[in-house]
Amino acid sequence: MTDLDTLVNQAKTEIQASNDLKTLDDYRVHYLGKKGQLTEYLKTLGQLPAEERPIFGQKVNIAKQQIQEVIEQRVSLLQQNQVAQQLAAESIDITLPGRGQSAGSIHPVTQTRDRIEALFTQMGFAIVEGPEIEDDFHNFAALNMPPLHPARAMQDTFYFADETLLRTQMSPVQIRVMKSTPPPLRIIAMGRVYRRDFDITHTPMFHQVEGLMIDENSSFSDLKSILTSFLQAFFEKPVPVRFRASYFPFTEPSAEVDIGCLNCEAQGCRICKNTGWLEVLGAGMVHPNVLQAVGIDSERYTGWAFGAGLDRLTMLRYRIADLRYLFENDIRFLRQF
Amino acid sequence: MKLSELWLREWVDPALTTDEVAQKLTMCGVEVESITPVAEKFSNVVIAQIISIEKHPEADRLHVCQVNVGQPERLTIVCGAKNLKLQMKVPAALVGAELPNNIKITRSKLRGVVSEGMLCSGRELTLTEDSNGILELPVDAPLGQNVWDYLNLSDRIIDLSITPNRGDCLSVQGMAREIAAITACDIKPHTIPTIESTVSDKLSITVLNAAEACPRYAGRVITHVKADTLTPVWLQERLRRSGIRSINAIVDVMNYVMLEQGQPMHAFDLQTISGGIQIRFAKATEELTLLDNQRVKLNQDTLVIADDTQPLAIAGVMGGLDSGVTLQTQSIFLESAFFQPHCITRTRQKYNLGSESSHRFERGIDPTLQVSALERATALIVEIAGGQVGPIVEVTQQTYLPKRAIISLRSARIHKILGFTIEDATIETLLQRLHFICEKNSTGWQVTVPVFRSDVSLEVDLIEEIIRLYGYEHVPLRQAIAPLQLNTNAETKLDLSHFRRTLCELGYHEVITYSFVNEKHQQLFDPVNQPKALINPITAEMSVMRTNLWSGLMEALLYNQNRQQPRVRFFETGLRFVPQPAEAGVFAQQKVISGIVSGAALPEQWGVPTRAVDFFDLKGDLIHLIGLTMAAHEFEFKPGVHAALHPGQTAEIWRAGRLVGVLGALHPSIAQELDTNGKVLLFELLFDELTNAHVPFATELSKFPEIRRDIAIYVDQTVPSQRIQDTIVDVGGELLKEVNVFDVYQGKGVPPNQKSVALALTLQHTSRTLLDEEVAAIMDRVISALIQRFAAELRG
Repeated sequence: MTDLDTLVNQAKTEIQASNDLKTLDDYRVHYLGKKGQLTEYLKTLGQLPAEERPIFGQKVNIAKQQIQEVIEQRVSLLQQNQVAQQLAAESIDITLPGRGQSAGSIHPVTQTRDRIEALFTQMGFAIVEGPEIEDDFHNFAALNMPPLHPARAMQDTFYFADETLLRTQMSPVQIRVMKSTPPPLRIIAMGRVYRRDFDITHTPMFHQVEGLMIDENSSFSDLKSILTSFLQAFFEKPVPVRFRASYFPFTEPSAEVDIGCLNCEAQGCRICKNTGWLEVLGAGMVHPNVLQAVGIDSERYTGWAFGAGLDRLTMLRYRIADLRYLFENDIRFLRQF
Repeated sequence: MKLSELWLREWVDPALTTDEVAQKLTMCGVEVESITPVAEKFSNVVIAQIISIEKHPEADRLHVCQVNVGQPERLTIVCGAKNLKLQMKVPAALVGAELPNNIKITRSKLRGVVSEGMLCSGRELTLTEDSNGILELPVDAPLGQNVWDYLNLSDRIIDLSITPNRGDCLSVQGMAREIAAITACDIKPHTIPTIESTVSDKLSITVLNAAEACPRYAGRVITHVKADTLTPVWLQERLRRSGIRSINAIVDVMNYVMLEQGQPMHAFDLQTISGGIQIRFAKATEELTLLDNQRVKLNQDTLVIADDTQPLAIAGVMGGLDSGVTLQTQSIFLESAFFQPHCITRTRQKYNLGSESSHRFERGIDPTLQVSALERATALIVEIAGGQVGPIVEVTQQTYLPKRAIISLRSARIHKILGFTIEDATIETLLQRLHFICEKNSTGWQVTVPVFRSDVSLEVDLIEEIIRLYGYEHVPLRQAIAPLQLNTNAETKLDLSHFRRTLCELGYHEVITYSFVNEKHQQLFDPVNQPKALINPITAEMSVMRTNLWSGLMEALLYNQNRQQPRVRFFETGLRFVPQPAEAGVFAQQKVISGIVSGAALPEQWGVPTRAVDFFDLKGDLIHLIGLTMAAHEFEFKPGVHAALHPGQTAEIWRAGRLVGVLGALHPSIAQELDTNGKVLLFELLFDELTNAHVPFATELSKFPEIRRDIAIYVDQTVPSQRIQDTIVDVGGELLKEVNVFDVYQGKGVPPNQKSVALALTLQHTSRTLLDEEVAAIMDRVISALIQRFAAELRG
């Protein structure tokens, strides 16, 4: 029988040389198992004189521990190697594209609509809707445009045989709300409107936003303030806002509202026709004839209203050069939003 | 309306630059659209007279002219124009002249002949578009004078956008008044002298049952006019700068007075008039050939100017061809009238005729102008074309003429509308500048409106006048005050943006298509419903209202397929217009969510085989949408029929007994007709049926293990898988938590006309672990039910 030190040394050498966990486990059994070398060694204990036994036992235990330790170290090393190999084998080209469904998009006009809705609902405005096929009363007469009014020529209208028409503005929605809901009122109406115009800057269908506030003390100064804040919030910068006198049959006083040209910072360019200004809104105090047409006491209540082209706001916001992009539905355009 | 700046400044001349005036006008409600020079700069172009014209010896099309430019030496100029005449006065660009478009004139040889300059067309001088010949100048044009100075070209055209309420601004006089008010300066007086008659010739004027439509009509005869006189160049130029073509001296004067005074006028050739003048409504049988050569049938709503036998003109809109003034005319009858705006609008609409006259009458002219305008026109005609003047005949029915409005203006009301205070003295000054007369009273003022401001009749009209002159830029910003109130934002009501966002996440792009579509396509996608048709569509492509959104979506798909974009996932939200069977002529305007899908199910990508999208991809997407209601169990997909869809691949979606929508594959015959590429799927959902959402109440989770059992059966291929699932749920009892179809297979290994369906059942008890016997019992029940109801055969 070899002496214990030789055995331990031999075991260490073999363990260090082993290269896989299976061989290593075989060594563990060979040296430390129930029938292993060290166990065999221990069996010789009985042949020793009683006083030598404890010393011998201790020696065997130390040897056992030493082998155990070497095995553990080797296991840990081999495991690390194994993980390292796995990692090397499983490395992927992370620059390859990801998988799955492509991203969709919300139409830019809808995005504008959603932003305007969010801004005005903050201030307690309700979003209202109405029909697109309208009658003369709601689209014109109630808006202080009786038949033969010269302002009707400003809006070339699509008609149906039964004398209904496609609304030319969002105002009929305001009329419907004013007729059905007593003041005070704060509403925003957005949607499709139609006019018989088709050229590079007009499509026969387009989108408008209109807002209305009616209360006992609504004034022109309120209107100026709210529209200034709205435009600056919409464009997220302190754009200059200019109010100038204009005419609409349904408001008085009426205003056209311009913002400083976003393209040239009001220096004058092709987009603003060298004026430095871009017309974006029409607005004014609701005409007393309109309030009377819907049964609101125009002495007690005053109100303001505004209207703007959603398509134009969208084009300005997202720098869309041509109105027609909005309705061509070219997927390469839509993907940009 | 275009006006010459120099002309305006003859009437009112504020110490401001053109741009400053324009800026003020724009701010006060008369928008200046553009300011353009009347001509581009040129130099050294002088008035020349053609002394001789000879053919060029070397070139057929060229002429060699000798011209007199007011110098002792004649110049030789080679010219190719066809309208050259001896003695003709023309503009000649001398050697050294600089013309627009960077043209420099040098002495040059043209086919061997030295040309000492160039004769110019109107186009070369940027005066007219006419490039057909050399510009002909009046015979009295002074030889040698600089053409720039002669034509007064250091002038600009101001293009004004006059709002429909401001008819009073449609003239030099009116604009001068407006500019004077805005810039706080004075208008220069222009008195119109009365012209004494020199002959007694006159026509009787009768207003026949039309006093309301024509409350004032004034006329005068002028005999012995020389209608063939050339219109003076200053007058022609002013007309040109207002965009009005020169016709002949008489007509030019009519237009000139209209531009200057704001009173539309008309001249008749006296010899074509038999008897007197009648202002009356037309008879239904009458017809008239108008100045634009158009022959129109008249009707009883049309106010006409007639003689004793026939209509001569449509009042206020357009004259007749036969009674018009020509170069041969010797005597004329001048008309200056007030026609009621509504009457003219009706006629203009009826005949679809617009003219400078009708434009002004429709917006309301100054009812006191008629006689003075007639005097002004007379003076000009006599000055230019000579003539003997007859007396003015005037018929007026005061009752129907607009009156000066008197309005009570309250200080408190001004404050209420504007939201801030303007001092009384300022208010008075502003109104007075606009020719309003203010009388102070206890609440404010009593204001008398000037007669030319027919648009001002209410208190608020005055407030607008005050604030626009005060300046919108001086209106303070005041934050509106309103009671705080919560906008209810119901969780049980879904709005459109929920659905939009979900579709967007599912890879759909939102599109916007026109609500009016091509009738043929509409018919293709909905042969059942008769769509509502426009009576005045722009094109046939946009002539009927859509009854579903598919024809627009299809157009969007084809647009992209034609641009190498085969993979399309589009949705649109909007109204469809559906006839209601219950009520003829009534159309429901229903909000829908619609979509079209084509191309690969997933974008082409590595590691995933590319596969064309099919019915079940779309169904899966719609189940996502429906899931937003948190009430998917209320919905049911049933086999459906739709004319635009494949009869074997169409489903209707029902919710609690109501039809919610439809989905399916495009019918192959439509695909063929429209030449689409690849499989196309469509859907449309009624938004209103989707909006009601449930608020989910959470249930306790079981802590005990779930048990899964799979079964596979053969059944007849026509058995709907939904019925198999329903049966399993029906007999499974409350321990059955879920049934899922995980495989369907037909073909090799499956008996003919049968399909193999594999299902996974999930079982679980809420309060304890399931026993093997319980599971076995459930599975037995399920299997025997399937055998019994569908003659199913358990697959080995």
